[in-house]
Amino acid sequence: MRLLAEGLSARRGEDLIFHDISFVLAAGEALVVTGPNGSGKSTLLRVLAGLLGAESGRIHLEGGPPGFEHPHELSHYLGHRNAMKRELTVEENLSFWQRFLGDSPGGAGIALDAAAEAVGLAGITHLPFGYLSAGQQRRMAMAKLLVAYRPIWLLDEPTAALDAGADRLFAGLVATHLDRGGIVIAATHQPLGIERTKALQMTGFVH
Amino acid sequence: MIALFFRDLKLSVRAGGGAMIGVLFFMTVVAVIPFGVGPDLNLLARIGPAILWIGALLAALLGLDRLFQAEREDGSLDLLLMQETPLLLTVFVKCAAHWAATGLPLVIASPFLGLFMNMDERAIGATMLTLLGGTPAITLIGAVGAAVAVALPRGGLLVSILVLPLAIPVLIFGVSATYAAVEDPAPFLPPFMILMAITLFFAVIGPVAAAAALRHSAD
Amino acid sequence: MSENSMAIRKLGDLANPTRFLALAERVLPWFAALSALFLSVGLWLSFTTEGDYQQGETVRIMYVHVPAAWLSMMCYTVMAVSALGTLVWRHPLADVSARAAAPIGAAFTFLALVTGSLWGKPMWGTWWVWDARLTSVFVLFLMYLGLIALNRAMEDPSRSARVSAVLVLVGFVNIPIIKFSVEWWNTLHQPASVMRLDGPTIDPEFLRPLLVMAIGFTLLFFTLHIAAMRNEVWRRRVTSLRRQAARNAGRETLAP
Repeated sequence: MRLLAEGLSARRGEDLIFHDISFVLAAGEALVVTGPNGSGKSTLLRVLAGLLGAESGRIHLEGGPPGFEHPHELSHYLGHRNAMKRELTVEENLSFWQRFLGDSPGGAGIALDAAAEAVGLAGITHLPFGYLSAGQQRRMAMAKLLVAYRPIWLLDEPTAALDAGADRLFAGLVATHLDRGGIVIAATHQPLGIERTKALQMTGFVH
Repeated sequence: MIALFFRDLKLSVRAGGGAMIGVLFFMTVVAVIPFGVGPDLNLLARIGPAILWIGALLAALLGLDRLFQAEREDGSLDLLLMQETPLLLTVFVKCAAHWAATGLPLVIASPFLGLFMNMDERAIGATMLTLLGGTPAITLIGAVGAAVAVALPRGGLLVSILVLPLAIPVLIFGVSATYAAVEDPAPFLPPFMILMAITLFFAVIGPVAAAAALRHSAD
Repeated sequence: MSENSMAIRKLGDLANPTRFLALAERVLPWFAALSALFLSVGLWLSFTTEGDYQQGETVRIMYVHVPAAWLSMMCYTVMAVSALGTLVWRHPLADVSARAAAPIGAAFTFLALVTGSLWGKPMWGTWWVWDARLTSVFVLFLMYLGLIALNRAMEDPSRSARVSAVLVLVGFVNIPIIKFSVEWWNTLHQPASVMRLDGPTIDPEFLRPLLVMAIGFTLLFFTLHIAAMRNEVWRRRVTSLRRQAARNAGRETLAP
């Protein structure tokens, strides 16, 4: 399976954010998008997630499972916000996403407890999500990537609220996902600490 | 989809949820009316169905602005938009959950408020029946307003302003069906059938329009 | 002045939640037993005394209705005093008390409304009239529900305590005004069709069960209130334990 982006450009309002971005990612490869604030990293990820229309260019999959027109239907998107409800317990949140998202063909999500274990937070899934600290909330949002299988992960500043230990833990999760033939696209300031990454340096427009 | 339904239901009964507030608002609005028009029981019995309907209409609009805004604020809306399941189905399920959490309690509370209005059994039954048929339409119309106003910082009031004029037909046929059941010469079924038709019509139009608005509000 | 603050500090010591829990543990069985005793005697009396020649058997509803109505007002007074305790003395238990009292007060008010309505149907021929007294009780009921909704809407009790205390006090000051204005409104419009219950001075035959029931209900209120306060203290402890658990989770696994 390969993910291809050809000549992508995007606008927000009247402003052209980026122009003519192309890349090819094969299974097991990661793309790390770096660049200063405002260079369009988040916009690129939202375009890839299908949340914003591209001004020009196209994104498509080669050799993906049949019946999926858009790559975003096979993607996890972890944005700035965690997409978890403060009022519900962690378990309720995760099990909702597990049941709502379902598994993409070619893999299966892991159990809730195992996912909490994988992000180092086993044993507190019965607590309301709002009780957790910012870093713990972020880690639980990552557990969401594990409970339902998606071959493509789109991660926007995944490690923003995390300490060094959690950073390494997260790098481990990404490496495991790549080993299983997944594709990861991450916008980040810090290096993810994994090999087999391609780099995309976003510069933004200099006016 | 069932998971989404129950999640929304849980959210609305948990702390800070809107389910109880809606009924409370309904009670308060209806209870305040007699202070305005006076405690004449005959008068109250006559205007009771209309007051219950107006109260229910306002109460049903109360929590609607949060329908998609809460999802947007914590980022869940992005994930709902990305899935291969049709967005209009997602919207429809969210409306169903919202109605079950806020509309249905209004229907259940209406007989008690009918007693306060000195309405007889027939009028109470008719009001409850028409509310049961009509409140889903209010929620479904409201979903369109909620979707349009989702990105606005202070969308709450705007949703009510946008939606109230659209909900006028529901009010007209709901109230007239209720009065038709109470006053003999007028037949009950035609206005009630029209009310049901409106509900079914908006069950189709509402999710489609709301889904379209949500797609374009994404940024 | 310094003496004053000393006294308050001591009062604060007394109100230490742990001590309150120990005290509650000791007095609760007594309160429960006493209220059960009074209520059963009261109920027995209510069903064995003669019916009224005018109202017939329905007069027995009064033995539940009057105490419930009395408690609906006393409970609000308890809440107002607690609110004062929160705002003026910053008593740690005052907020617990106000919070615990609201649902109980709402329940008694609801009971008063329902029993009144049940009595009104055979006597007045309608479930509800917008009589001054009934209306004020209904407004009180709405105020209780509003306070409960406010308490539920705010997550952090330490922050919500002040806010809801202010509302309780404003409501308390407002109750006479509401009562007065409702009466004024009602005499303006009062339709002639509604009969008024102005029976002669109460016969001792009725007074005895009424008094016993009133005492029983009051004891029941205190039993419920203390139990609810205890639950609230426990609930807050559980919450803080859970927050503690959330803070501690994942520390050891990630230690570098």
